[in-house]
Amino acid sequence: MQEFEPKIVAFVCNWCTYAGADLTGTSRIKYSANVKIIRFPCTGRIDFMILMKAFENGADGIIVSGCHPNDCHYSTGNFHARRRWIVLRNLLNFAGIETDRIQFSWVSAAEGFKWADVVNNTVAAIKEIGPYENYRKIAVSTLFNEEGASNE
Amino acid sequence: MEKELKILKYSDLPKMIEKFISQGYPVLAPVHKGKIVEIEYVQSLDSIALDVLLSTQSAKKAAFPKVEKVLEYTMNKAGVVQHPVDPADSKETILFGVRPCDASGFKSLDAIFGEGPSDQFYLSKKEKTTIISFSCPVADEYCFCTSVGGGPGNTAGSDLQFTSVSKDELLVEILTEKGKKASRIFADLLTEANSAIDKTKFIADVKVVFDLDSVVAKTTASFGNAELWLEQSLRCIGCGACAFVCPTCACFDFQDEQDTKKGVRLRLWDSCGFSLFTLHTSGHNPREVQSQRWRQRIMHKFAYMPEQLKVVGCEGCGRCSRACPVDMNIKEHLTAIREQVTV
Amino acid sequence: MNDLIKKVTQLLDDKTINVFIGYGQGTASRIRTIFVKNSSQVENLVYTSDCTANLAGYLLKHEVKKIGKLGILANDSALRSMMQLASEFQIKDGEVYVLHAAKDGSFTEFADFQSIEAYLVTIDTGITSDEQERIAKLEAMTVKERWIFWNKEFEKCIKCYACRAACPMCYCHRCTTDVNQPQWIPVASHEQGNLDYHLMRAMHLAGRCVNCGECANACPMDIPLNLLTYQLIAPIRTTFDATAGMKADAVYALSTFKPDDKENFII
Repeated sequence: MQEFEPKIVAFVCNWCTYAGADLTGTSRIKYSANVKIIRFPCTGRIDFMILMKAFENGADGIIVSGCHPNDCHYSTGNFHARRRWIVLRNLLNFAGIETDRIQFSWVSAAEGFKWADVVNNTVAAIKEIGPYENYRKIAVSTLFNEEGASNE
Repeated sequence: MEKELKILKYSDLPKMIEKFISQGYPVLAPVHKGKIVEIEYVQSLDSIALDVLLSTQSAKKAAFPKVEKVLEYTMNKAGVVQHPVDPADSKETILFGVRPCDASGFKSLDAIFGEGPSDQFYLSKKEKTTIISFSCPVADEYCFCTSVGGGPGNTAGSDLQFTSVSKDELLVEILTEKGKKASRIFADLLTEANSAIDKTKFIADVKVVFDLDSVVAKTTASFGNAELWLEQSLRCIGCGACAFVCPTCACFDFQDEQDTKKGVRLRLWDSCGFSLFTLHTSGHNPREVQSQRWRQRIMHKFAYMPEQLKVVGCEGCGRCSRACPVDMNIKEHLTAIREQVTV
Repeated sequence: MNDLIKKVTQLLDDKTINVFIGYGQGTASRIRTIFVKNSSQVENLVYTSDCTANLAGYLLKHEVKKIGKLGILANDSALRSMMQLASEFQIKDGEVYVLHAAKDGSFTEFADFQSIEAYLVTIDTGITSDEQERIAKLEAMTVKERWIFWNKEFEKCIKCYACRAACPMCYCHRCTTDVNQPQWIPVASHEQGNLDYHLMRAMHLAGRCVNCGECANACPMDIPLNLLTYQLIAPIRTTFDATAGMKADAVYALSTFKPDDKENFII
């Protein structure tokens, strides 16, 4: 059987983590290819519905990452985001959504190594947990991914 | 078809359901779900809630489900390829244990979906549904079926109707060819009934509270009576609970759901009580305030439908009043129209 | 009761208010909201232990506001809703005449928001022990069990939006669920659409919910929606030291921050 390769979506801020991921690349540090990076202006812009959409569209894990506290390009975006994440994790956990599939981190533009670690560790953790079957079973795509509409 | 009367023993009901299922007929019936009663597919009589006055939701979903796939499509560089959904692709189903108001509610739906370019998705499901209703031994303060032309023993719309005539016997009325066909499945459980049996003795007494013709005439004349609608709807909060539990409300919405390659078109329930219902793309909303939406709800059922489809869009089941979070009681509002409006 | 009738009659007669929002007898034993516009209608007012509905939502209803100056019979949760609405700039001090109905059946006039705030700190604003128990029972489950629990509950949802309509805090002219560019929430009432809608609503009410229970009471399908937002009250209170609906000039817990907000999950 083929090994399970999780799909990980990373929502990162433009100013720190995206630059950090860039540094990982320019420093030739190898890291897992399971991650798809989506750049946002700021973690403060990453609405929780966006995370839900990722699960809906087949993500097995999510990374949300931005500037360290006090380093936000817009001064306070990450502070606001942090509060929301605290509440969101509570809500999702209570609603039965597996919060260990969402990894939050601070990665600065200078932390190329840390970014590689965050991705590699998340991928390893999600491999352990397995695919997010439960969420996929209720996803909208089940309406058109049954037999019939496929194979065109 | 000439009505036929039979007797069925209560103790044979489980066998009857078994026969339906073993012969490949899915059975839809009221089922307890915590405090509410849903209409769902059942596997045996045990799960069926026969003791309740009325299910929370109406039986309309047997032919008009809350989400219904009407089209599938795929997209590629060349364009969109459509894969129509066959409306006839549904199974012959037994709708069991509903009330006479549910059964007769289908008459309004038949009229709406059958008018003009007929709606095959509804009609073919309806055609394949055999309705076995139970007459009502009791009624409550929300019921007013007798005021809108129905009754606790009304057989309109039913294919078979069961009436409890003693502790262990049910009177079975075979009313239509479809009902006849269904009755053959459990014919060995039926015995002949005394044709002199009077079922009215075993059903609830629901008082007539208003004269329907007069309500229709007065509602029809009240379009411009802004005061009346405002007064009635002041506490309405504009949710869609009334429409979604109603056995005759038929408004729907279409929504596409897709990814980059495939998609489906869905038909969903909608409600004229929502502010978004009439909102134009321009931002203009012809029914800007809740009183206008309430007027639409009442007028559609008691003025437009009688005029255009020759049926009243209400069965008097009172579900809307029971479901309403703010206790808008339709019976009371109709009585008020009857009393307050002068034509 | 006579005090109430006398007071409202006087308020209407001397034109202090144009309409009084109170409780009246509904169908059978139900209690409903009534709008008393003149002294001939005051006799319809009732006040019993069943008058638990939160009437504050009507303060924002277009057609009610149009009648003129409003008076309201506010129970404890309505007072809290009003404070929260004030903090979100939806109502102003002095705009509404507030008659408070205490649990013991006595009526007090609140002259301004300050006196409401002073009263609110003296009462128990927590959720009931029954609700606490239900939340504790859910919290004791595994994540997968909770997933199954909520899926079963949301399966019943018909998306009538009664929860949103009944909630005094759901006053947005354009709800996220009504936005279709982009379409955040599937309109359809299937599993995904229902889950997204209820999560969105809970998240948008986090830190704003005053635990009045109107959403769950309104739900025709008997879904315990209130538990979703109630569960967030404790963490928000302990982590951010914030409770909704206590002060008219409060800053919303999720639109502010402290540099030293504590968490243990960000690496």
